Amino acid sequence: MESEIFVKAGLLMKDKNFEPKHTISILVENKAGVLARISGLFSARGFNIDSLAVGETDDPTVSRMTIVVKGDEKILEQVEKQLNKLVDVIKLGDYIEIPHLERDLALIKVKADKNDRSELLQIVDIFRAKIVDVADHSVIIEVTGDEDKIEALIRMLGSFGILEMSRTGIVAMARGNNSLTI
Amino acid sequence: MEKTGAEIIVECLEREGVEFIFGIPGGCNLPFFDKLYDSKIRLILTRHEQGASHMADGYARSTGKVGVCTATSGPGATNLVTGLATAHMDSIPLVAITGQVRTDVIGSDAFQEADAIGCTRPVTKHNYLVKDVKDLAHVIREAFYIASTGRPGPVHIDVPVDIQRAKIEFSYPEKISIRSYSPTIKGHPLQIKKALELIKAAERPLLYVGGGTILSGATKELRTLAEKANIPVATTLMANGAMPFDHPLYLGPLGMHGKYSTNTAMQKCDLMISCGARFDDRVTGKLSSFSPHSKKIHFDIDPANIGKSVAVDVPVVGDLKTVLKELNDQMPEKNHKPWIEQIKEWDKKHPFSYKEDQGKDPFIKPQYVIQELHRLTKGEAIITTGVGQHQMWAMQWYPCKYPRHFLTSGGLGTMGYGFPSSIGAKLAFPEKPVICIDGDGSFQMTMSEMATAIHENVKVIVIILNNYYLGMVRQWQELFYKERFSASCLTAQGGRRTKENEPDPRSLKYIPDFVKFAEAYGALGLRLTHKEEVEGALKQALDSKVPVILDVIIHPEEKVFPMVPAGAGLDDIIVDMA
Ligand SMILES: Cc1ncc(C[n+]2csc(CCOP(=O)(O)OP(=O)(O)O)c2C)c(N)n1
Ligand SMILES: [Mg+2]
Repeated sequence: MESEIFVKAGLLMKDKNFEPKHTISILVENKAGVLARISGLFSARGFNIDSLAVGETDDPTVSRMTIVVKGDEKILEQVEKQLNKLVDVIKLGDYIEIPHLERDLALIKVKADKNDRSELLQIVDIFRAKIVDVADHSVIIEVTGDEDKIEALIRMLGSFGILEMSRTGIVAMARGNNSLTI
Repeated sequence: MEKTGAEIIVECLEREGVEFIFGIPGGCNLPFFDKLYDSKIRLILTRHEQGASHMADGYARSTGKVGVCTATSGPGATNLVTGLATAHMDSIPLVAITGQVRTDVIGSDAFQEADAIGCTRPVTKHNYLVKDVKDLAHVIREAFYIASTGRPGPVHIDVPVDIQRAKIEFSYPEKISIRSYSPTIKGHPLQIKKALELIKAAERPLLYVGGGTILSGATKELRTLAEKANIPVATTLMANGAMPFDHPLYLGPLGMHGKYSTNTAMQKCDLMISCGARFDDRVTGKLSSFSPHSKKIHFDIDPANIGKSVAVDVPVVGDLKTVLKELNDQMPEKNHKPWIEQIKEWDKKHPFSYKEDQGKDPFIKPQYVIQELHRLTKGEAIITTGVGQHQMWAMQWYPCKYPRHFLTSGGLGTMGYGFPSSIGAKLAFPEKPVICIDGDGSFQMTMSEMATAIHENVKVIVIILNNYYLGMVRQWQELFYKERFSASCLTAQGGRRTKENEPDPRSLKYIPDFVKFAEAYGALGLRLTHKEEVEGALKQALDSKVPVILDVIIHPEEKVFPMVPAGAGLDDIIVDMA
């Protein structure tokens, strides 16, 4: 937790080995092959993509991808330039120094008998999550939020036994007037 | 009018002004070839698709137009990949059209199916799989546009065979627009102003000129800048000919096997003006000691090249020709005589040089052969090369008079590039002498294209500087691997030799016999073993009515100097072995 405060103060940036996470949003042509082109630029440099979310925008010919990735800053800068050069990329924004929101949605199936449920409900409440399915021995919890919140909830649910989890990957948007549009 | 996909391709190619298509037919591009049968586009049947791609490349590099090659699906497409990667690395405009299996069987491991666009994605500027015949004309227009604008490059179009057969009402798309693609042409005025100020203030400026200068057609503007501001010009391998070799401000080549004087000038200059060059590691050597005292201006059309390996003070993104025009208009006359004199001094100290063979039965010096060729052709021939020592000797000893006259695989370093690319260039310029300066190793990679040269009556000259070795590999093994010649000798079992058991190559049987090889195809083959034969043989070759192979036997121990060892700084240049 502490480290993140420092990152925002720009202090740890000086540490050569520290690789901050970049959240990058890309507006692309909604066409076959675009995802392969984009992911290829990362994989060719041995970068692992932490999270990837894709969806259509209000304009059905345009998709928006949000990629979370960390790695060598110089190489990442090069990747972003190469991404910008791709014929199918319309626009790209890196949120590293921009005030913005990030949201991830997770469905978490947790082991839960009848007598676990009240404790679970309490936790779910605190995190403003929802129970969206109940079965004899398990429940499914839906939670939306930034990564920290979801990770925190996952930690809390760990003691019950997580049976299955599915996350959408992060989507992001800058606050205020700063918009990524065509 | 109703047209089939194949007819549409041919019509679009004709409308783009395509003169030649290089390629080989197969099951999945037969409809296309059937329509080419009636076209006025000249079809060049190659012997290998790699040859087709390099021929299209040689045509493109020598003319500045888009080169076109074609292949069938599967193995045809994969054979094109080396040529596309070669063109990609050197920013050469190509359009490659491949056949693909029927759309309804794509992904079923059909006969001769390969994920062609998957294969070419990382080695092309863009690529397409056309799944609807109504997109075809648009895609072809876009492909030519993308290939030839901005930073040029190869574009691949994969067309399933059923799309080639499908019919639609056709109208030619006169206009195209791609919202996500708009290269920056004009340089930012403020940046140009900053560049101008740096140039005005410089005392020891150096123009570091790369292949982008030729691609942009900016050689005239470069010359104006050099003359107006009195700045000496050094070129990369890719920019041989960007400045006439006999121009008083031209210094020569840079980099690993460049001149002592140019590399020293790079280290001592107080302003480096990079024009369409990309700070390749073969030019910069060790980055931490590269040109330590200079401010740096970087003109490049590709924003991704800016700051990629070297931090620069003033980047200007735009088309070089446009940017330099802008700059020249505001450039005052300058004089840098002491600096230029200083570089000339360095050059006198260590010019490109070679020593005559002192042996009893002296070998021909490769440098001498190229020198003679330069003299006989006045530096005005089109030269292509393979990759290796001969390529470096060609750069050193054949400084060109004109741009687009030195065709070599700089970025990818593709052995086998030289011979087919010379065929492409000669088809474009039948009246000019086109000479491939090749290595015995490189030539063997694509020599099957001799049949193409003969059938199409393309009178290219191949000078094989035959050292019986993968010579550049041998040079590295000699200098850095304790003279353990592992798999570099082309006349030994397993390629393995040591310095002790090195026989006189002239006592060995070289396989193949390149003279007999030439004769087998109906070309002229001559073997040269003595210096006195060189001039006569070159003249005979230049006058020949058929393609020529000159098999010039040189000493295997011949090395390329100067040399900046890989990973060393430019200051650590080795001038020669002594
Ligand atoms: C396709 C390919 N394979 C391997 C290499 C590695 N390589 C670089 S130079 C060289 C030797 C070239 O031999 P040759 O063509 O005879 O030229 P020489 O150096 O002897 O003049 C090799 C194997 C390469 N550049 N390209
Ligand atoms: Mg050789």
